[in-house]
Amino acid sequence: MDDNKKKTLVENIAFLVMILFCGIWIKNTYYLQIMTFIGINTLLALGLNMLMGYAGQVSLGHAAFYGIGAYTTAILSGTYGMSPWLALVCAVACAVFIALVVGLPTLKLSGYYLGMGTLGFGMIVNILFREWSTVTGGSSGFVGIPMLTAGSISFMSGRNYFFLVWMVVLVAILLCRRILSSRMGRALRSIHDGENASLAVGVNTHFLKLQIFMFSAALGAIAGFLYAHFVMFISPESFGFMVSVKMVTMVVIGGMASVWGALLGASVLTLLPEVLHGFAEYEMIIFGMILMLVMIFMPQGLTRGLLDIYLHSRKKRGKYSARNPSSPD
Amino acid sequence: MQEIIQYLFSGVTTGAIYAVIAVGLSMLYSSTELINFAHGEFVMLGAMAIVTLWVHMSLPLPVAFVGAVAVGCCMGLLFERFAIRTAGNPQPIVLVIITVGASIFLRGVAMIVWGKDPFSVPSFSSHESIEIAGAALLPQSIWIVAAAVILAGGIHFFFKKTLTGKAMVACAVNKKAAWLSGIPSERMGVLAFAMSTGSGAIAGVFIAPITMSSYDMGTMLVLKGFCAAMIGGLGSLWGAFAGGILLGVLESLGAGLISSGSKDAIAFILLLLILYICPGGLFSAKEAKRF
Repeated sequence: MDDNKKKTLVENIAFLVMILFCGIWIKNTYYLQIMTFIGINTLLALGLNMLMGYAGQVSLGHAAFYGIGAYTTAILSGTYGMSPWLALVCAVACAVFIALVVGLPTLKLSGYYLGMGTLGFGMIVNILFREWSTVTGGSSGFVGIPMLTAGSISFMSGRNYFFLVWMVVLVAILLCRRILSSRMGRALRSIHDGENASLAVGVNTHFLKLQIFMFSAALGAIAGFLYAHFVMFISPESFGFMVSVKMVTMVVIGGMASVWGALLGASVLTLLPEVLHGFAEYEMIIFGMILMLVMIFMPQGLTRGLLDIYLHSRKKRGKYSARNPSSPD
Repeated sequence: MQEIIQYLFSGVTTGAIYAVIAVGLSMLYSSTELINFAHGEFVMLGAMAIVTLWVHMSLPLPVAFVGAVAVGCCMGLLFERFAIRTAGNPQPIVLVIITVGASIFLRGVAMIVWGKDPFSVPSFSSHESIEIAGAALLPQSIWIVAAAVILAGGIHFFFKKTLTGKAMVACAVNKKAAWLSGIPSERMGVLAFAMSTGSGAIAGVFIAPITMSSYDMGTMLVLKGFCAAMIGGLGSLWGAFAGGILLGVLESLGAGLISSGSKDAIAFILLLLILYICPGGLFSAKEAKRF
């Protein structure tokens, strides 16, 4: 076992211990709820990060897949009484299929054109949720999503749902890391660095982009499924343009091309509005300001930015002690 | 028939607004390669400024108009100086998020200054609506279309006939080469910024009487503006203008003939079609795809 693998293993175990610790230690239902939302958002950010951070393809319409996951499970299990777990399979299949159909033409675009194409797709899906009111409940939302049960375990309580969501996150993180350290992951990074160059060395870039688009759609749909059965009420606003933008922000603020960056970004963007609630009407001003400041001064994201500050301060201290090798006590 | 003409009138009116927004976005893109998601908030600022200056303070309309545009330009300059220029030259997506942050910030400011309630603004002239073939043409529509045409014409004149305008075009074509030949390309970028946000404020001033103005009106407008700019071809002035009118007319016809719920979807379906069929836009040169 080489060093890198050992490091990954340690990180994963530390993460698992953290989840167990939080799940057992936190008693407050409000905190558990926030942590559950962080988990759901982490799934979203992870999926988008694979597409944006590694393959370098910006999507401004990813909330569509989140919504497709949520609405598919809501309609199948709520209206038609299907088992939610079967509905999950359908939701993922549906999102992946739509990603395939949409991705085929859209992923041929690049730069801002790709951003606008995905934005248009996201808006159309959102309008569909709002206007197809006989099926989706329209803009007043969809009520009557059943809660999840597995055998005799009910996921009604905050703690069980917390564990369910974070176990899914853990599996998703492991999966992402496996993909990234495989041939596919290297090929993905090569697209990010130069699409033509990777084409020239024999990477089927279009197919690969499509695969990763479908993968991130699947993660989005799973997040949507978890969201729908957690809050048991969904409305089109939860999957609108601003949600897509928020997802992109999570990825960029956390730090692109980093699995832990997605976790950090999702945590920051979930916690920030909760913290800012105390500022009442100044909430938006402060939120916008923080967003701008972080992006202006840490364009590489928080993970990288904080690391740089830490290294910088250590270097400074190192220099200081080097200059005064024997400071008198 | 009468209905169709009515739809056309209202379509051209909203289309002219989209056109002005798209022209502003497109101008900024061609000079600085920046997509400004906060553009809609400058439109909102223009509309809110006219509410305060004209309706509440009852200044004469021309003065209020100049004031509103000045507000747009000044806020644009501040935004450019403190956010965009400080950021330096990061990845495009980082700049996009900075503009998103700015849009949330400006919306928050507007919510505190003007509150959450929407405002209505009376029409600029109190004439009766004109009847053409049984369809009513509102005087405000004439105002809007005239303003859009004058604005686009003015920008066209500026780019083709004035030295500053030509310098700006040179920067848009190749920034470094323009800089080498003595054009202060940085300053041209700033000027493009001020012109873009100013034109956004003009759109806001003219849209105020035909819609309710509130602090959150910007998001949908900027998205429609993007659609229009993309349809016409990003970076082309008259393309953006034509894209805006086309979008407005199709939306109005769709809302009238199909269903009012489909109105918003039309813009985005059109956007996807354009992107799939001719990504460079309908009216732009072949080499429009920049990166």
